[in-house]
Amino acid sequence: MEDLLHEYLPILIFIGLSMVIGLALLIAPFVVAPSKPDPEKLSAYECGFNAFDDARMKFDVKYYLVAILFIIFDLEVAFLFPWAISLGHVGMFGFWSMIVFLAVLTIGFTYEWKKGALEWE
Amino acid sequence: MAEFWTNYGIPFAIILGESLALLVALLIVTAYVLLADRKVWAAVQLRRGPNVVGAFGLLQSFADLLKFIFKEVIVPASSNKGVFLLAPLVTVTLALSAWAVVPLADGLVVSNINVGVLYILAISSLGVYGIIMGGWASNSKYPFLSALRSAAQMVSYEVSIGFVLVTILMTAGSLNLTDIVNAQHTVWFFIPHFPMFIIFFISALAETNRPPFDLVEAESELVAGFMVEYSSSPYMMFMLGEYVSILLMCAMTTILFLGGWLPPFNFVPFTWVPGLVWFLIKLLAVFFMFAMVKAMVPRYRYDQLMRLGWKVFLPFSLFWVVLTAGVLTFFDIAPK
Repeated sequence: MEDLLHEYLPILIFIGLSMVIGLALLIAPFVVAPSKPDPEKLSAYECGFNAFDDARMKFDVKYYLVAILFIIFDLEVAFLFPWAISLGHVGMFGFWSMIVFLAVLTIGFTYEWKKGALEWE
Repeated sequence: MAEFWTNYGIPFAIILGESLALLVALLIVTAYVLLADRKVWAAVQLRRGPNVVGAFGLLQSFADLLKFIFKEVIVPASSNKGVFLLAPLVTVTLALSAWAVVPLADGLVVSNINVGVLYILAISSLGVYGIIMGGWASNSKYPFLSALRSAAQMVSYEVSIGFVLVTILMTAGSLNLTDIVNAQHTVWFFIPHFPMFIIFFISALAETNRPPFDLVEAESELVAGFMVEYSSSPYMMFMLGEYVSILLMCAMTTILFLGGWLPPFNFVPFTWVPGLVWFLIKLLAVFFMFAMVKAMVPRYRYDQLMRLGWKVFLPFSLFWVVLTAGVLTFFDIAPK
């Protein structure tokens, strides 16, 4: 507990301090800058057109797909971390176990590649 | 009471002082790096760059800061105001807080935690939230589209960055950034892992939305990207966050591949120079490469960007992970 506090309290303080700096920058113009809002100024920017439709429109499903693929591979990287730093201890058995895992993943990756999930046109 | 002060008060004050010193130094370095970026860009295009405020324009960034703060903040009427203002705060806070674990020299670090690499990876993944929040809350078409693009781009390259990190971790045998640097006493990791060095550098460009991967704000298509609706200091905070992340990526390149604070040769004239100086020299050299890439390389197209990330970098870095693990295991040279 003492060690945990010793290592992570500085990080907490550091994050707090960065937030204070951010807040100071964010609040400063509200204090010192002029503020004269009018409807034209506050309307959404659309290269000179009047804003039409809702901006939160439908978008390509590809973005979801990328996000899902990202989750798979990011999790995989997270799995690899503990294996990677203890590679010297796990020996041959540990090495081959991870190769099997990576092979299964590569099959999945090849499948999604062939299915065209990675194409953008 | 006195005991409470010596046990908690003084250490707390020391940590606070260290953190404040690092943050102030970081912000000042960011200001000058921003100027250096503009100067390099100008020099490549045979211009002078900023040269009016202060000698050689040395005070330009501070003049910009004042100008941003004295401008009116425009919060669009149709936006979600809370999230709209929270987004830049999130960006700046996350960009700055990653520096808590970066060792600038042997022992010169706010918190030398055992899972430093994991912490950096976690914080930089969260950076996407600032962009998504800003783009969505603006309730305007350009920011929305560009936030989507940016999120997809950042997560794509995060995957290959993850694999690059894994190869380094295998070779160093630790998640601690100080240990990773100390593991490079014999040879800096960019020599055995040269292809990974290239992949990491390019992914770092993509991860920080730097040219040639600045599709988020490709001016001819999406104006200023997710920052279109921002003005005054919220806009500046996005810029600040971006440059601080760029510096973080330079620092990570230095630590993972270029031997951190270690001198290039381990004999006398080189070992006299303090570690912090070596670290800064390497960091600025990497930043110079960032600036030159921005000045010289034409912008990528979005489909090319995604292809490069998923079809080139990802399979290759995966292959390199297996290769490194194989070599380390079969020759029995993995760090114990």
